[in-house]
Amino acid sequence: MCTTCGCGGNGHKLTAFAAFKKPASTAGITLEGPGVMVEETPVANYSPAATLTAPAPTKTVVELERDILDKNNRLAERNRGFFEARNILALNLVSSPGSGKTTLLERTLVDRGDRLRFYVVEGDQQTSRDAERIAAGGAPVVQINTGKGCHLEAEMVHQAIRELQPASDSILFIENVGNLVCPSLFDLGEACRVVVISVTEGEDKPLKYPDMFRSSQLCLINKTDLLPYLKFDLEALKNFARQVNPALEFIEVSATTGAGMETWYEWLERKAREVSI
Amino acid sequence: MHELSIIYSILEAAEQEAQRHGEGTMVEAIDLEIGELAGVEISSLEFLWPAAVAGTILEKAACNIARPAGKARCGSCGHAFAIKQYFDPCPQCGSHWNEIINGEELRIKSLTITCAQPAVAAATDIN
Repeated sequence: MCTTCGCGGNGHKLTAFAAFKKPASTAGITLEGPGVMVEETPVANYSPAATLTAPAPTKTVVELERDILDKNNRLAERNRGFFEARNILALNLVSSPGSGKTTLLERTLVDRGDRLRFYVVEGDQQTSRDAERIAAGGAPVVQINTGKGCHLEAEMVHQAIRELQPASDSILFIENVGNLVCPSLFDLGEACRVVVISVTEGEDKPLKYPDMFRSSQLCLINKTDLLPYLKFDLEALKNFARQVNPALEFIEVSATTGAGMETWYEWLERKAREVSI
Repeated sequence: MHELSIIYSILEAAEQEAQRHGEGTMVEAIDLEIGELAGVEISSLEFLWPAAVAGTILEKAACNIARPAGKARCGSCGHAFAIKQYFDPCPQCGSHWNEIINGEELRIKSLTITCAQPAVAAATDIN
């Protein structure tokens, strides 16, 4: 079993897509295996004292005082350093499955692909369907399949960006595994976390899944074109989310009709300018 | 089920530490601190633990988990108060702006190990 994410079988899998509107060439490079970063930790040399009898076992309490996710956090900081050095705006997109993250990205790539340079990392348990959709839109994309894993970790993103080689002054979207619980604990090195919620979900989701809403900076409310057909109270959603995270920003969009997308693009351009200062 | 990732992270840190203390080092106990707001389900962790650590250095180790309770400082009036959920308002002024002071801990406090050899390696902490 993979020790990075606990995924079964062959561990998580990475597939790079050449993209640039050449769906035929999307087979790309596939790296398989657990992909655990091996850290060379020097083991201290112990020279036994000049004694003929083996020393008695000693009991020691080692005060570690170390964050459990220390390794992930350090790798995330490494990713962050890489992004900062290249003026790359890295965004971690999180949501429950089916909120419309991929459609939102597709539309963004089409609408702003001529002005902004995009790269995408797609995280899903299985298949490269999302990456194929993104690649068809012309952005370089790497698919991470986590197997049984329920979230992306910094090490997987580290491998993916080595594959992607994102250029300077670009925007990197990291589409996390659709899951409102597990990804909240794992820093990937992103500049901002964007939580996507669609109006077909309950208004009280921020209260039910507070960790994700607490740790995000922007909330995209998607599928607003469906509002006339639903009993969904937008203000109630925002109020619940603000109870968990008063600093959370909101943008209402419909990735299908394009309503509100300009505001999202303005937000992107503003954040991209901020990272390049 | 991110609790499995949490256990593997703990295991990796414990194995690394034990290795630095030489051959034959055993872990008798591991002390963790997982705050009530840390986003970890303790019952899941306990359920997974025996299977995840079987055949490893932590197999026979006692796992002690301290659970610091949530405590926040109000961002509006400065009042410090006990917090169960992020959306609990300040009992003094009703504000939701707060800073968490306690309860988000996710930490390995200590390892109790038995070394076959004296623990000289502890002095070469590379972290």
